[in-house]
Amino acid sequence: MVTIQGLHKKFGKNLVLSGLDLSISAGGIFAILGPNGSGKTTLIKSVLGMVIPDKGDITVLGKNITQNSDYRHQIDYLPQIANFPSNLKVRELIKMIKDLRKSTKEDERLIELFKLTPFLDKKLGQLSGGTKQKVNLVLTFMFDSPIIILDEPTSGLDPISMLRLKDLIQTEKEKGKTILITSHIMSFVEEISDEIVFILEGKIYFKGTISELKTKTNQPDFEHAIASILTDNHA
Amino acid sequence: MLKILKYSFYDLMRSRWSYVYFAFYLLLGIVLLFLNNDLSKAVITLMNVIIILVPLIGTIFGVMYYYNSKEFTELLLAQPLKRSSIFLGQYLGVAISLSMSLILGLGLPFVFYGLFESSAIWDFSLLLITGTFLTLIFTALAFNIALSNENKIKGFGYAILLWLFLAVIYDGIFLMILIGFEEYPLDKVSLIGTMLNPIDLSRTLILLKLDISALLGYTGAIFKQFFGTSFGLIVSFIALSLWVIVPVLRIVYKSKKKDF
Repeated sequence: MVTIQGLHKKFGKNLVLSGLDLSISAGGIFAILGPNGSGKTTLIKSVLGMVIPDKGDITVLGKNITQNSDYRHQIDYLPQIANFPSNLKVRELIKMIKDLRKSTKEDERLIELFKLTPFLDKKLGQLSGGTKQKVNLVLTFMFDSPIIILDEPTSGLDPISMLRLKDLIQTEKEKGKTILITSHIMSFVEEISDEIVFILEGKIYFKGTISELKTKTNQPDFEHAIASILTDNHA
Repeated sequence: MLKILKYSFYDLMRSRWSYVYFAFYLLLGIVLLFLNNDLSKAVITLMNVIIILVPLIGTIFGVMYYYNSKEFTELLLAQPLKRSSIFLGQYLGVAISLSMSLILGLGLPFVFYGLFESSAIWDFSLLLITGTFLTLIFTALAFNIALSNENKIKGFGYAILLWLFLAVIYDGIFLMILIGFEEYPLDKVSLIGTMLNPIDLSRTLILLKLDISALLGYTGAIFKQFFGTSFGLIVSFIALSLWVIVPVLRIVYKSKKKDF
Protein backbone atom coordinates (compact mmCIF):
# COMPACT_ATOMS: atom_id res chain seq x y z
CA MET A 1 0.00 0.00 0.00
CA VAL A 2 2.52 2.56 1.22
CA THR A 3 6.28 2.01 1.07
CA ILE A 4 8.83 4.45 2.36
CA GLN A 5 12.56 4.01 1.85
CA GLY A 6 15.41 5.99 3.35
CA LEU A 7 13.37 9.08 4.12
CA HIS A 8 15.43 12.08 5.25
CA LYS A 9 14.06 15.46 6.18
CA LYS A 10 15.69 18.44 7.82
CA PHE A 11 14.01 21.71 8.76
CA GLY A 12 16.85 24.18 8.90
CA LYS A 13 19.28 22.60 11.35
CA ASN A 14 16.66 20.41 12.91
CA LEU A 15 16.97 16.85 11.64
CA VAL A 16 13.49 15.34 11.87
CA LEU A 17 13.61 12.15 9.83
CA SER A 18 16.88 10.31 9.35
CA GLY A 19 16.63 7.37 7.00
CA LEU A 20 13.18 6.14 7.87
CA ASP A 21 12.01 2.90 6.25
CA LEU A 22 8.43 1.79 6.55
CA SER A 23 6.13 -0.47 4.67
CA ILE A 24 2.42 -0.54 5.34
CA SER A 25 0.46 -3.47 3.95
CA ALA A 26 -3.11 -3.25 2.70
CA GLY A 27 -5.95 -3.37 5.19
CA GLY A 28 -5.91 -2.67 8.90
CA ILE A 29 -5.40 0.15 11.33
CA PHE A 30 -1.85 1.35 11.94
CA ALA A 31 -1.10 3.72 14.78
CA ILE A 32 1.93 5.94 14.38
CA LEU A 33 3.29 6.82 17.80
CA GLY A 34 6.22 8.73 19.15
CA PRO A 35 7.12 11.56 21.49
CA ASN A 36 6.41 15.18 20.59
CA GLY A 37 8.56 16.34 17.73
CA SER A 38 9.55 12.83 16.70
CA GLY A 39 8.41 13.42 13.12
CA LYS A 40 4.97 11.79 13.01
CA THR A 41 3.32 14.70 11.25
CA THR A 42 6.34 15.20 9.00
CA LEU A 43 6.10 11.53 8.00
CA ILE A 44 2.41 11.85 7.21
CA LYS A 45 2.87 15.10 5.34
CA SER A 46 5.66 13.54 3.29
CA VAL A 47 3.31 10.76 2.22
CA LEU A 48 0.78 13.40 1.25
CA GLY A 49 3.38 15.39 -0.67
CA MET A 50 2.96 18.47 1.52
CA VAL A 51 6.51 18.16 2.81
CA ILE A 52 9.18 17.54 0.19
CA PRO A 53 11.73 15.00 1.51
CA ASP A 54 15.44 15.74 1.21
CA LYS A 55 16.17 12.12 0.31
CA GLY A 56 14.24 8.89 -0.02
CA ASP A 57 11.43 7.33 -1.99
CA ILE A 58 7.75 7.05 -1.20
CA THR A 59 5.40 4.87 -3.19
CA VAL A 60 1.67 4.77 -2.69
CA LEU A 61 -0.25 1.93 -4.38
CA GLY A 62 2.84 1.08 -6.40
CA LYS A 63 3.39 4.58 -7.78
CA ASN A 64 6.17 6.95 -6.85
CA ILE A 65 4.50 10.04 -5.46
CA THR A 66 6.90 12.57 -6.94
CA GLN A 67 5.58 11.97 -10.42
CA ASN A 68 2.09 13.40 -10.13
CA SER A 69 -0.59 14.35 -7.67
CA ASP A 70 -3.28 11.94 -8.84
CA TYR A 71 -2.44 9.40 -6.14
CA ARG A 72 -4.01 11.77 -3.64
CA HIS A 73 -7.40 10.75 -5.04
CA GLN A 74 -6.73 7.49 -3.16
CA ILE A 75 -6.05 9.18 0.20
CA ASP A 76 -8.42 10.81 2.67
CA TYR A 77 -6.51 13.03 5.05
CA LEU A 78 -7.56 14.57 8.35
CA PRO A 79 -5.18 17.40 9.25
CA GLN A 80 -4.05 17.85 12.82
CA ILE A 81 -5.37 21.32 13.41
CA ALA A 82 -8.60 22.11 11.69
CA ASN A 83 -7.70 25.35 9.98
CA PHE A 84 -10.36 26.45 7.58
CA PRO A 85 -10.96 29.69 5.73
CA SER A 86 -12.96 31.50 8.39
CA ASN A 87 -15.34 33.42 6.15
CA LEU A 88 -16.79 30.33 4.48
CA LYS A 89 -19.95 28.62 5.67
CA VAL A 90 -19.79 24.92 6.55
CA ARG A 91 -22.15 24.10 3.69
CA GLU A 92 -20.01 26.04 1.21
CA LEU A 93 -16.81 24.39 2.37
CA ILE A 94 -18.26 20.91 1.93
CA LYS A 95 -19.60 21.86 -1.48
CA MET A 96 -16.24 23.31 -2.49
CA ILE A 97 -14.24 20.24 -1.49
CA LYS A 98 -16.72 18.02 -3.33
CA ASP A 99 -16.34 20.23 -6.37
CA LEU A 100 -12.54 19.95 -6.17
CA ARG A 101 -12.44 16.20 -5.69
CA LYS A 102 -15.53 14.37 -6.79
CA SER A 103 -19.22 14.27 -6.13
CA THR A 104 -20.45 12.15 -3.21
CA LYS A 105 -23.64 11.61 -1.26
CA GLU A 106 -21.84 10.32 1.80
CA ASP A 107 -21.60 13.77 3.42
CA GLU A 108 -25.32 13.83 4.31
CA ARG A 109 -25.00 10.66 6.34
CA LEU A 110 -21.90 11.97 8.14
CA ILE A 111 -23.50 15.33 8.88
CA GLU A 112 -26.40 13.43 10.39
CA LEU A 113 -24.02 11.16 12.32
CA PHE A 114 -22.10 14.04 13.92
CA LYS A 115 -25.26 16.15 14.35
CA LEU A 116 -23.89 19.04 12.31
CA THR A 117 -27.15 20.10 10.64
CA PRO A 118 -27.67 23.21 12.87
CA PHE A 119 -24.16 24.44 12.00
CA LEU A 120 -24.38 24.18 8.21
CA ASP A 121 -25.13 27.86 7.69
CA LYS A 122 -22.64 29.12 10.27
CA LYS A 123 -19.28 30.49 9.25
CA LEU A 124 -16.28 28.32 10.08
CA GLY A 125 -14.68 31.11 12.09
CA GLN A 126 -17.58 31.02 14.54
CA LEU A 127 -17.39 27.30 15.31
CA SER A 128 -15.89 25.82 18.46
CA GLY A 129 -12.79 23.61 18.23
CA GLY A 130 -14.76 20.39 18.63
CA THR A 131 -17.32 21.35 16.00
CA LYS A 132 -14.55 22.26 13.59
CA GLN A 133 -13.04 18.85 14.19
CA LYS A 134 -16.38 17.25 13.32
CA VAL A 135 -16.52 19.22 10.07
CA ASN A 136 -12.97 18.06 9.49
CA LEU A 137 -14.08 14.44 9.99
CA VAL A 138 -16.98 14.85 7.57
CA LEU A 139 -14.62 16.23 4.92
CA THR A 140 -12.24 13.32 5.45
CA PHE A 141 -14.66 10.42 5.52
CA MET A 142 -17.03 11.54 2.79
CA PHE A 143 -14.80 10.21 0.01
CA ASP A 144 -14.54 6.48 -0.19
CA SER A 145 -10.76 6.17 -0.66
CA PRO A 146 -8.67 3.06 0.06
CA ILE A 147 -6.21 4.90 2.33
CA ILE A 148 -7.24 7.07 5.26
CA ILE A 149 -4.74 9.16 7.22
CA LEU A 150 -5.89 10.65 10.50
CA ASP A 151 -3.64 13.08 12.38
CA GLU A 152 -4.90 13.39 15.98
CA PRO A 153 -8.53 12.58 15.09
CA THR A 154 -9.78 12.73 18.67
CA SER A 155 -8.71 16.26 19.55
CA GLY A 156 -11.56 18.34 20.91
CA LEU A 157 -14.23 15.67 20.52
CA ASP A 158 -16.86 15.00 23.20
CA PRO A 159 -17.33 11.40 24.44
CA ILE A 160 -20.32 10.66 22.21
CA SER A 161 -18.58 11.88 19.08
CA MET A 162 -15.53 9.90 20.10
CA LEU A 163 -17.65 6.72 20.21
CA ARG A 164 -19.11 7.55 16.81
CA LEU A 165 -15.63 8.13 15.44
CA LYS A 166 -14.46 4.74 16.70
CA ASP A 167 -17.45 3.06 15.05
CA LEU A 168 -16.76 4.94 11.87
CA ILE A 169 -13.12 3.86 11.84
CA GLN A 170 -14.12 0.24 12.47
CA THR A 171 -16.65 0.26 9.61
CA GLU A 172 -14.04 1.68 7.26
CA LYS A 173 -11.60 -1.00 8.34
CA GLU A 174 -14.15 -3.71 7.62
CA LYS A 175 -14.36 -2.40 4.08
CA GLY A 176 -10.69 -3.40 3.79
CA LYS A 177 -9.19 0.07 3.94
CA THR A 178 -5.76 1.00 5.22
CA ILE A 179 -5.96 3.50 8.03
CA LEU A 180 -3.03 5.41 9.52
CA ILE A 181 -3.62 7.20 12.80
CA THR A 182 -1.50 9.34 15.07
CA SER A 183 -2.72 9.99 18.57
CA HIS A 184 -1.44 10.75 22.04
CA ILE A 185 -4.41 9.09 23.69
CA MET A 186 -3.08 5.64 24.49
CA SER A 187 -6.41 4.05 25.42
CA PHE A 188 -7.79 5.09 22.04
CA VAL A 189 -4.79 3.65 20.23
CA GLU A 190 -4.92 0.42 22.20
CA GLU A 191 -8.59 -0.04 21.50
CA ILE A 192 -8.60 0.44 17.75
CA SER A 193 -5.20 -0.26 16.27
CA ASP A 194 -4.06 -3.55 14.78
CA GLU A 195 -0.42 -2.59 14.60
CA ILE A 196 1.69 0.18 15.99
CA VAL A 197 4.65 1.98 14.47
CA PHE A 198 6.85 3.72 17.00
CA ILE A 199 9.05 6.55 15.75
CA LEU A 200 12.03 7.68 17.77
CA GLU A 201 14.69 10.13 16.69
CA GLY A 202 13.62 10.08 13.08
CA LYS A 203 13.65 6.30 12.66
CA ILE A 204 11.24 3.44 13.20
CA TYR A 205 12.00 2.06 16.65
CA PHE A 206 9.34 -0.60 16.71
CA LYS A 207 6.72 -1.98 14.36
CA GLY A 208 4.34 -4.74 15.34
CA THR A 209 1.26 -5.61 17.33
CA ILE A 210 0.57 -4.35 20.83
CA SER A 211 1.16 -7.78 22.39
CA GLU A 212 4.55 -7.99 20.68
CA LEU A 213 5.41 -4.62 22.17
CA LYS A 214 4.40 -5.79 25.64
CA THR A 215 6.63 -8.87 25.33
CA LYS A 216 9.51 -6.84 23.99
CA THR A 217 9.41 -4.32 26.80
CA ASN A 218 8.37 -6.77 29.51
CA GLN A 219 5.51 -4.60 30.61
CA PRO A 220 2.01 -5.84 31.49
CA ASP A 221 0.09 -2.99 29.87
CA PHE A 222 0.37 -0.85 26.79
CA GLU A 223 0.76 2.54 28.43
CA HIS A 224 3.69 1.35 30.52
CA ALA A 225 5.24 -0.34 27.52
CA ILE A 226 5.29 2.97 25.66
CA ALA A 227 6.56 4.79 28.74
CA SER A 228 9.37 2.27 29.17
CA ILE A 229 10.58 2.85 25.59
CA LEU A 230 10.73 6.55 26.29
CA THR A 231 12.49 6.28 29.63
CA ASP A 232 14.98 3.70 28.34
CA ASN A 233 15.92 5.94 25.48
CA HIS A 234 16.07 9.19 27.32
CA ALA A 235 17.71 8.04 30.53
CA MET B 1 -6.47 25.74 -11.78
CA LEU B 2 -9.70 27.37 -12.95
CA LYS B 3 -11.55 25.99 -9.95
CA ILE B 4 -9.02 27.47 -7.53
CA LEU B 5 -9.16 30.72 -9.45
CA LYS B 6 -12.93 30.66 -9.14
CA TYR B 7 -12.87 30.12 -5.39
CA SER B 8 -10.12 32.68 -4.72
CA PHE B 9 -11.92 35.20 -6.82
CA TYR B 10 -15.22 34.44 -5.14
CA ASP B 11 -13.56 34.68 -1.73
CA LEU B 12 -12.10 38.10 -2.58
CA MET B 13 -15.32 39.36 -4.09
CA ARG B 14 -16.96 38.73 -0.75
CA SER B 15 -14.29 40.49 1.21
CA ARG B 16 -14.83 44.11 2.05
CA TRP B 17 -11.45 45.18 0.71
CA SER B 18 -12.28 44.67 -2.95
CA TYR B 19 -15.21 47.03 -2.51
CA VAL B 20 -13.15 49.59 -0.65
CA TYR B 21 -10.61 49.53 -3.46
CA PHE B 22 -13.35 49.74 -6.07
CA ALA B 23 -15.09 52.58 -4.22
CA PHE B 24 -11.79 54.43 -3.87
CA TYR B 25 -11.18 54.42 -7.62
CA LEU B 26 -14.78 55.31 -8.31
CA LEU B 27 -14.49 58.31 -6.03
CA LEU B 28 -11.09 59.27 -7.41
CA GLY B 29 -12.43 59.15 -10.96
CA ILE B 30 -15.47 61.28 -10.11
CA VAL B 31 -13.51 63.84 -8.10
CA LEU B 32 -10.83 64.23 -10.77
CA LEU B 33 -13.36 64.69 -13.52
CA PHE B 34 -15.28 67.17 -11.40
CA LEU B 35 -12.21 69.20 -10.52
CA ASN B 36 -10.50 69.16 -13.91
CA ASN B 37 -13.64 69.36 -15.93
CA ASP B 38 -11.63 67.96 -18.81
CA LEU B 39 -10.97 64.36 -19.78
CA SER B 40 -7.35 64.62 -20.95
CA LYS B 41 -6.29 66.63 -17.92
CA ALA B 42 -7.97 64.15 -15.63
CA VAL B 43 -6.05 61.37 -17.38
CA ILE B 44 -2.73 63.07 -16.59
CA THR B 45 -3.55 63.53 -12.91
CA LEU B 46 -4.82 60.00 -12.77
CA MET B 47 -1.58 58.70 -14.20
CA ASN B 48 0.43 60.11 -11.34
CA VAL B 49 -1.87 58.46 -8.84
CA ILE B 50 -2.01 55.12 -10.64
CA ILE B 51 1.73 54.80 -11.15
CA ILE B 52 2.37 54.98 -7.42
CA LEU B 53 -0.78 53.55 -5.93
CA VAL B 54 -1.47 50.50 -8.08
CA PRO B 55 1.90 48.90 -7.28
CA LEU B 56 1.44 49.64 -3.59
CA ILE B 57 -2.03 48.11 -3.46
CA GLY B 58 -0.92 45.12 -5.54
CA THR B 59 2.01 44.46 -3.21
CA ILE B 60 0.11 44.83 0.04
CA PHE B 61 -2.90 42.89 -1.18
CA GLY B 62 -0.78 40.09 -2.59
CA VAL B 63 1.19 39.60 0.62
CA MET B 64 -1.91 39.94 2.78
CA TYR B 65 -3.91 37.47 0.73
CA TYR B 66 -1.15 34.90 0.76
CA TYR B 67 -0.70 34.98 4.52
CA ASN B 68 -4.43 35.14 5.19
CA SER B 69 -5.27 32.20 3.02
CA LYS B 70 -2.63 29.92 4.47
CA GLU B 71 -5.32 27.69 5.95
CA PHE B 72 -7.17 27.50 2.67
CA THR B 73 -3.88 26.64 0.94
CA GLU B 74 -3.14 23.85 3.39
CA LEU B 75 -6.59 22.44 2.90
CA LEU B 76 -6.06 22.48 -0.85
CA LEU B 77 -2.60 20.91 -0.67
CA ALA B 78 -4.04 17.71 0.77
CA GLN B 79 -6.45 17.44 -2.15
CA PRO B 80 -5.50 15.86 -5.45
CA LEU B 81 -4.40 19.13 -7.01
CA LYS B 82 -1.16 20.25 -8.57
CA ARG B 83 0.80 22.73 -6.50
CA SER B 84 1.35 25.02 -9.43
CA SER B 85 -2.37 25.19 -10.10
CA ILE B 86 -3.12 26.03 -6.46
CA PHE B 87 -0.72 28.96 -6.35
CA LEU B 88 -1.31 30.21 -9.86
CA GLY B 89 -5.03 30.02 -9.24
CA GLN B 90 -4.71 32.09 -6.09
CA TYR B 91 -2.38 34.57 -7.74
CA LEU B 92 -4.69 35.08 -10.68
CA GLY B 93 -7.66 35.35 -8.33
CA VAL B 94 -6.03 38.27 -6.51
CA ALA B 95 -4.60 39.93 -9.61
CA ILE B 96 -7.80 39.69 -11.61
CA SER B 97 -10.04 40.96 -8.84
CA LEU B 98 -7.70 43.91 -8.24
CA SER B 99 -7.56 44.69 -11.95
CA MET B 100 -11.32 44.52 -12.13
CA SER B 101 -11.71 46.98 -9.27
CA LEU B 102 -9.31 49.30 -11.07
CA ILE B 103 -10.89 49.03 -14.49
CA LEU B 104 -14.48 49.26 -13.30
CA GLY B 105 -13.81 51.86 -10.62
CA LEU B 106 -12.07 54.23 -13.01
CA GLY B 107 -13.90 53.18 -16.12
CA LEU B 108 -17.45 53.85 -14.96
CA PRO B 109 -17.11 57.57 -14.15
CA PHE B 110 -15.12 58.21 -17.33
CA VAL B 111 -17.63 56.37 -19.48
CA PHE B 112 -20.49 58.35 -17.98
CA TYR B 113 -18.58 61.55 -18.54
CA GLY B 114 -18.50 60.80 -22.23
CA LEU B 115 -15.26 58.94 -22.76
CA PHE B 116 -16.37 57.25 -25.94
CA GLU B 117 -16.97 60.53 -27.75
CA SER B 118 -13.69 61.97 -26.60
CA SER B 119 -10.24 61.78 -28.15
CA ALA B 120 -8.80 60.79 -24.77
CA ILE B 121 -10.09 57.25 -25.12
CA TRP B 122 -6.75 55.83 -26.31
CA ASP B 123 -4.79 57.56 -23.60
CA PHE B 124 -7.27 56.31 -21.07
CA SER B 125 -7.13 52.75 -22.39
CA LEU B 126 -3.34 52.82 -22.25
CA LEU B 127 -3.63 54.00 -18.66
CA LEU B 128 -5.86 51.08 -17.77
CA ILE B 129 -3.66 48.59 -19.64
CA THR B 130 -0.52 49.69 -17.84
CA GLY B 131 -2.49 49.76 -14.56
CA THR B 132 -3.47 46.13 -15.14
CA PHE B 133 0.12 45.23 -16.01
CA LEU B 134 1.35 46.88 -12.82
CA THR B 135 -1.24 44.96 -10.79
CA LEU B 136 -0.14 41.67 -12.36
CA ILE B 137 3.54 42.48 -11.82
CA PHE B 138 3.36 43.63 -8.23
CA THR B 139 0.96 40.92 -7.09
CA ALA B 140 3.35 38.34 -8.55
CA LEU B 141 6.32 39.97 -6.80
CA ALA B 142 4.34 40.03 -3.54
CA PHE B 143 3.53 36.32 -3.86
CA ASN B 144 7.22 35.65 -4.40
CA ILE B 145 8.15 37.49 -1.25
CA ALA B 146 5.43 35.80 0.78
CA LEU B 147 6.42 32.34 -0.49
CA SER B 148 10.01 32.90 0.56
CA ASN B 149 9.22 34.29 4.01
CA GLU B 150 7.36 32.32 6.65
CA ASN B 151 7.44 35.31 8.97
CA LYS B 152 4.56 37.66 8.17
CA ILE B 153 6.21 40.78 9.51
CA LYS B 154 9.35 40.14 7.48
CA GLY B 155 7.27 39.42 4.42
CA PHE B 156 5.36 42.69 4.79
CA GLY B 157 8.59 44.57 5.41
CA TYR B 158 10.28 43.26 2.29
CA ALA B 159 7.17 43.90 0.22
CA ILE B 160 6.98 47.54 1.32
CA LEU B 161 10.72 47.94 0.75
CA LEU B 162 10.40 46.55 -2.75
CA TRP B 163 7.64 49.02 -3.54
CA LEU B 164 9.59 51.89 -2.02
CA PHE B 165 12.65 50.90 -4.00
CA LEU B 166 10.94 50.68 -7.36
CA ALA B 167 8.64 53.66 -6.84
CA VAL B 168 11.03 56.12 -5.22
CA ILE B 169 14.61 55.02 -4.52
CA TYR B 170 15.27 53.64 -8.01
CA ASP B 171 14.50 57.04 -9.54
CA GLY B 172 16.83 58.73 -7.08
CA ILE B 173 19.73 56.41 -7.93
CA PHE B 174 18.95 56.69 -11.60
CA LEU B 175 19.04 60.48 -11.42
CA MET B 176 22.33 60.47 -9.53
CA ILE B 177 23.89 58.24 -12.19
CA LEU B 178 22.67 60.59 -14.88
CA ILE B 179 24.15 63.60 -13.08
CA GLY B 180 27.40 61.83 -12.22
CA PHE B 181 28.06 60.79 -15.79
CA GLU B 182 26.63 63.81 -17.51
CA GLU B 183 29.67 64.28 -19.76
CA TYR B 184 28.98 60.94 -21.41
CA PRO B 185 26.23 60.10 -23.87
CA LEU B 186 23.47 58.73 -21.67
CA ASP B 187 20.57 58.13 -24.00
CA LYS B 188 21.08 54.34 -24.17
CA VAL B 189 21.69 54.06 -20.44
CA SER B 190 18.56 55.98 -19.59
CA LEU B 191 16.51 53.92 -22.02
CA ILE B 192 17.71 50.69 -20.48
CA GLY B 193 17.32 52.07 -16.97
CA THR B 194 13.73 52.89 -17.75
CA MET B 195 13.07 49.44 -19.14
CA LEU B 196 14.37 47.77 -16.00
CA ASN B 197 11.80 49.32 -13.70
CA PRO B 198 8.15 48.56 -14.48
CA ILE B 199 6.95 51.73 -12.76
CA ASP B 200 9.28 53.98 -14.78
CA LEU B 201 8.44 52.11 -17.92
CA SER B 202 4.71 52.61 -17.42
CA ARG B 203 5.16 56.25 -16.59
CA THR B 204 7.26 56.92 -19.69
CA LEU B 205 4.84 55.02 -21.89
CA ILE B 206 1.88 57.08 -20.74
CA LEU B 207 3.72 60.42 -20.70
CA LEU B 208 4.87 60.00 -24.27
CA LYS B 209 1.45 58.92 -25.39
CA LEU B 210 0.03 62.06 -23.81
CA ASP B 211 2.25 64.16 -26.05
CA ILE B 212 3.77 66.21 -23.32
CA SER B 213 7.25 64.89 -24.08
CA ALA B 214 8.17 68.33 -25.36
CA LEU B 215 8.53 69.24 -21.72
CA LEU B 216 11.24 66.64 -21.31
CA GLY B 217 13.83 68.41 -23.51
CA TYR B 218 16.55 66.54 -25.36
CA THR B 219 16.17 63.22 -23.52
CA GLY B 220 12.49 63.47 -24.18
CA ALA B 221 13.18 63.68 -27.87
CA ILE B 222 15.24 60.50 -27.78
CA PHE B 223 12.59 58.78 -25.73
CA LYS B 224 9.95 59.95 -28.12
CA GLN B 225 12.00 58.56 -30.98
CA PHE B 226 12.07 55.19 -29.27
CA PHE B 227 8.81 54.81 -27.39
CA GLY B 228 6.79 56.80 -29.91
CA THR B 229 7.32 54.23 -32.64
CA SER B 230 5.43 51.00 -32.79
CA PHE B 231 8.74 49.19 -32.33
CA GLY B 232 9.28 50.99 -29.03
CA LEU B 233 5.74 50.26 -27.95
CA ILE B 234 6.16 46.56 -28.70
CA VAL B 235 9.51 46.40 -26.88
CA SER B 236 7.93 48.12 -23.86
CA PHE B 237 5.05 45.70 -23.74
CA ILE B 238 7.46 42.79 -24.06
CA ALA B 239 9.42 44.22 -21.13
CA LEU B 240 6.22 44.56 -19.07
CA SER B 241 5.21 41.00 -19.98
CA LEU B 242 8.62 39.74 -18.91
CA TRP B 243 8.06 41.49 -15.60
CA VAL B 244 4.93 39.37 -15.21
CA ILE B 245 6.26 36.09 -16.59
CA VAL B 246 9.52 35.87 -14.66
CA PRO B 247 7.97 36.31 -11.17
CA VAL B 248 5.14 33.94 -12.09
CA LEU B 249 7.65 31.28 -13.13
CA ARG B 250 9.40 31.74 -9.83
CA ILE B 251 6.08 31.26 -8.00
CA VAL B 252 5.71 27.90 -9.76
CA TYR B 253 9.31 26.91 -9.04
CA LYS B 254 9.28 28.04 -5.39
CA SER B 255 5.92 26.46 -4.61
CA LYS B 256 7.13 23.07 -5.83
CA LYS B 257 9.97 23.04 -3.30
CA LYS B 258 8.17 24.41 -0.27
CA ASP B 259 7.15 22.44 2.82
CA PHE B 260 3.78 23.00 4.43
